[in-house]
Amino acid sequence: MAKFARKGKGGTPAISTASLPDIVFMLLFFFMTVTTMKETDLKVTIHKAHATEVKKIENKALVKYINIGVPIKTYQSKFGKEPIIQLNDAFASVGDIGPWVDAVRGDMDAENRSKMTTALKIDKNARMGIVTDVKQELRRAKALKITYIADKTTKEDFN
Amino acid sequence: MAKRPLPEINAGSMADIAFLLLIFFLVTTTMSTNTGMQRKLPPMPEKKEKTETPMHDRNVMVVLINKDNNIAIKGKPIQLKDIYKKTKLFFSNPNNDENLPEKKMKEIPFFGNYPVSKGVISLQTDRNTNYDKYLQVNNELVRAVNDLRDEKAMEKFGISFDELGKTDKEKQKAVAKVYPLNISEAEPRRIAAGAGK
Repeated sequence: MAKFARKGKGGTPAISTASLPDIVFMLLFFFMTVTTMKETDLKVTIHKAHATEVKKIENKALVKYINIGVPIKTYQSKFGKEPIIQLNDAFASVGDIGPWVDAVRGDMDAENRSKMTTALKIDKNARMGIVTDVKQELRRAKALKITYIADKTTKEDFN
Repeated sequence: MAKRPLPEINAGSMADIAFLLLIFFLVTTTMSTNTGMQRKLPPMPEKKEKTETPMHDRNVMVVLINKDNNIAIKGKPIQLKDIYKKTKLFFSNPNNDENLPEKKMKEIPFFGNYPVSKGVISLQTDRNTNYDKYLQVNNELVRAVNDLRDEKAMEKFGISFDELGKTDKEKQKAVAKVYPLNISEAEPRRIAAGAGK
């Protein structure tokens, strides 16, 4: 019963690669949409604190970051080893926060200005002194919505 | 002029170009999203105004973290893990204890006239307190309130507080009003005095 005898040579037929670009494009678009470019280079090292009652930051356009941490090695000779503030790309002092808030607010759409949230990304070994100063400045600048950046942990890990 | 057929463009290199872009975005992608504990600062009082409204002793719970990161509630030392229970009891006051906060009847949607606690937690730190410790204590306080809200939402609507936020924002707001998050972060001058610097 050699009804279904093979024709021609054996071996595997070549797989068509015509759909390869489609697949690659699909992946490409996926990554393009989920990509968030790092906006600023951190000049301070920040070991994030951990907490259980944290929420994901929803609207990234409304969240502005204040970083507080120890300067990285290259800047330590000039700025010391104590935690300091970094706004945007530069080191700043407490007094710079007020004008910074005004500038950031000015760049936002009018209807979003009241929704601005300041994210405090603070090294967990920092002292409360600098944190309180920053908070006072934010109150003075009427930027009252804040969020303490922290990594989520489960209750078991948290003690 | 005779129409010449357009030569077909070779699309063979399309995959290469796409791959190149793909790899670029793969490398630059940071999937991690930041998470944070959301809080609201009290507005800065006008200079002329008297800032402190007098409050009953029973309605205020002072949580103090000193420069050595030791915690005290109402002057008594306490461990971090015990704060949660204490806070929950403070805000719920299930037996209407005289040493715990008073309650005030308030009109709340879905709940009607409901006795809402007048309690306020005042979280005070020293300038030398460790930020991590502060956040941990803050976390315990918020966790206590969140759990109270969760229990209330479960009891009333049968789903958790977070789920309520996805389905019915109005109901969630009502539950939040039953247990308001009254954590006040003290003024710095009071911090210095409180911590005995």
